[in-house]
Amino acid sequence: MTAATGQPTATRPALRHRLAERGIDRALLLLVPGLIFIAVLFLYPFLYGVGLSFSPQQGGGPFANYRKFFDDPYLRNTLWTTFRLALPAALINVLASIPMAYKLRRPFRGKRTLTTLLVVPITLGTVLTAEGLLEYLAPAGWLNKTLLALHLIDQPIELVHNYWGVLFSLIITGFPFAFLLTMSYLSGIDPTLESAAATLGAGWRERFRFITLPLLAPGLAITFCLSFVLAFSVFPSAFLVGDPSGRTRVISIAAYHAALEQFDFSLGSTIAVIMTVAMLIVIAAVLAWRGTLYKGASGGKG
Amino acid sequence: MTVRARQFDELRLDGVSRSYGGHAALAGLDLTIGCGEFVALLGPSGCGKTTALNCVAGLLPLSGGSIWLDDKRIDGLPPERRDFGMVFQNYALFPHMSVRRNIAFGLRMHKVPKAERDRRVEEAISLVQLNEHAAKFPGQLSGGQQQRVAIARAVALQPPLVLMDEPLSNLDATLRLEMRTEIRRLHQTLGLTTVYVTHDQEEALSLADRLVVLRAGSVQQIGTPEEVYAHPANRYVAGFMGYRNMFELDVIESEQARVVLGGDGLKLRGVNCEAISSGRAVAAIRPEDFVVGKAIANRLEVGVEVVEYHGRDQSVQGRLRTGEAVHFRTDQRLAPGDDVTLSVPEERVLVFSPDTPPPPTEASG
Ligand SMILES: Nc1ncnc2c1ncn2[C@@H]1O[C@H](COP(=O)(O)OP(=O)(O)O)[C@@H](O)[C@H]1O
Ligand SMILES: [Mg+2]
Repeated sequence: MTAATGQPTATRPALRHRLAERGIDRALLLLVPGLIFIAVLFLYPFLYGVGLSFSPQQGGGPFANYRKFFDDPYLRNTLWTTFRLALPAALINVLASIPMAYKLRRPFRGKRTLTTLLVVPITLGTVLTAEGLLEYLAPAGWLNKTLLALHLIDQPIELVHNYWGVLFSLIITGFPFAFLLTMSYLSGIDPTLESAAATLGAGWRERFRFITLPLLAPGLAITFCLSFVLAFSVFPSAFLVGDPSGRTRVISIAAYHAALEQFDFSLGSTIAVIMTVAMLIVIAAVLAWRGTLYKGASGGKG
Repeated sequence: MTVRARQFDELRLDGVSRSYGGHAALAGLDLTIGCGEFVALLGPSGCGKTTALNCVAGLLPLSGGSIWLDDKRIDGLPPERRDFGMVFQNYALFPHMSVRRNIAFGLRMHKVPKAERDRRVEEAISLVQLNEHAAKFPGQLSGGQQQRVAIARAVALQPPLVLMDEPLSNLDATLRLEMRTEIRRLHQTLGLTTVYVTHDQEEALSLADRLVVLRAGSVQQIGTPEEVYAHPANRYVAGFMGYRNMFELDVIESEQARVVLGGDGLKLRGVNCEAISSGRAVAAIRPEDFVVGKAIANRLEVGVEVVEYHGRDQSVQGRLRTGEAVHFRTDQRLAPGDDVTLSVPEERVLVFSPDTPPPPTEASG
């Protein structure tokens, strides 16, 4: 890892230069603290957990826990439930942030205020958002009261303690991240590209479709991955505004239940590993798609 | 050559103005451009050239005035409905499209049928001699090649008007000369009406049929290269056209055509360009118009300070006894510390009134 002090031979360039050619030089030493940090705080617990998942407390061979997870519908379905929440939430967050960020990409009066308002939910945290949603969407909450008063509905619609409550909560907490990321990716695209397209006869729809969107797509893929991971591991909202023992029993609840309520740490680890693998599969799929896109410079400050 | 410009009679700018928060970047530009003409907007960085071009292209809304194409008012149209080709200073090539697709973009937007589109793209590609690079992406091209793509993309649509914003400013000196000839050749073969923006007076003089000299958003002079070069309208234009020496002196004697200035032990007789009769005035002289040694009239005693070697001749900076710097060129060998006598023919001394309009703002372009 350290730069070498090898003897330069007559024909070959010094080892130091050959290493530098491959991007290996002393600057890499700067990574050492980060790598130690990752090893101690992330890699070790992770590998420990993986090991634990293959040594079931009830015996039955290394794969007993994995078999148990996929045989037991109550456990297996948590995976499906999680996907059903995380995929739409991530997709909606990314799709909603595109037009919003596109409209707001140029400076205008009041831009800061608007951006701040959109970003406030980040600072609220999941618990506060969940409480707000309970107030607002509950059968006796303002929304139902208003709709009832307007005679738009006959009886309160159920929006909390079920799938919808969790989905709303995931969107509210996840949108600001998606929006900020999309915004920064957009600001990396040179605005004169759109001007050039305009002088060539492209209206705003064509400019968006043929210029901005293709240049933005790799960034959107990353945004989607991060939004998905954020939504996939979400736990408090499934508990607070969902139906944690039934329709919104997500995989993180199952892991929590196994490890900290039944004290089967091995099964808990197994569920956590399955969760990680499931996330990695989705991310790998998205990144594979991203690999097919143009990813070079987009002319802007990014 | 079937790439041909669409025809019109004239493009008229009528008091076109643009201001940014109270600061006028362009103040009442009046200009009529005939079909097939090559007009250069010339001025230093920040004088409003890009602003003017963007106003014509429709990329900036006007804050005053109007733009007419023959008898059609076009300043309300968005850029995509004006059909003017534009070459941007940074080229603005679409990085995710090949050279061929970049050039085809405008034709695709105009729904030109595929067969004709392909034919016209190939034509534009051979016009700028990029045939072997047609499948490459902009990131794989050199600056000069990118420049050619930008031009081909702008002309493939056969626009009635092509706007170029300092297209050569990012190129090195050799390439700049080469592309200059190229642009002139394109203009001649295609008969493209062109508005060309530059801060380089040599570029403007060599390319344009007509020059528009701008300063801080207002027009200083409009004329052919010969007119502007030989008869600058004021001190500012003279400074831009290579009159590097400016001596501000008192008017001693003035007739219709000639004026005599004096003061500080200096006496200069020159051409009365602005009908000056009294007060202060400025004598403008080009470095290459000085003659070393022969003291006929218009005599200056100069101490040599800096000598720059230029091959055939040298560029010398000297100083008058009063402390004012003098720039001149000579093929004589001079060394710092030498004392020389300079003279200049009176028809080569242009006398202007001291600057009245505000000094040029040192803004970024
Ligand atoms: N978006 C803008 N906001 C405020 N001022 C601007 C803007 N664009 C240009 N200006 C100002 O307008 C003047 C002319 O700019 P520009 O047309 O770009 O000059 P040039 O192209 O001749 O270098 C400059 O003083 C510049 O500072
Ligand atoms: Mg400019």
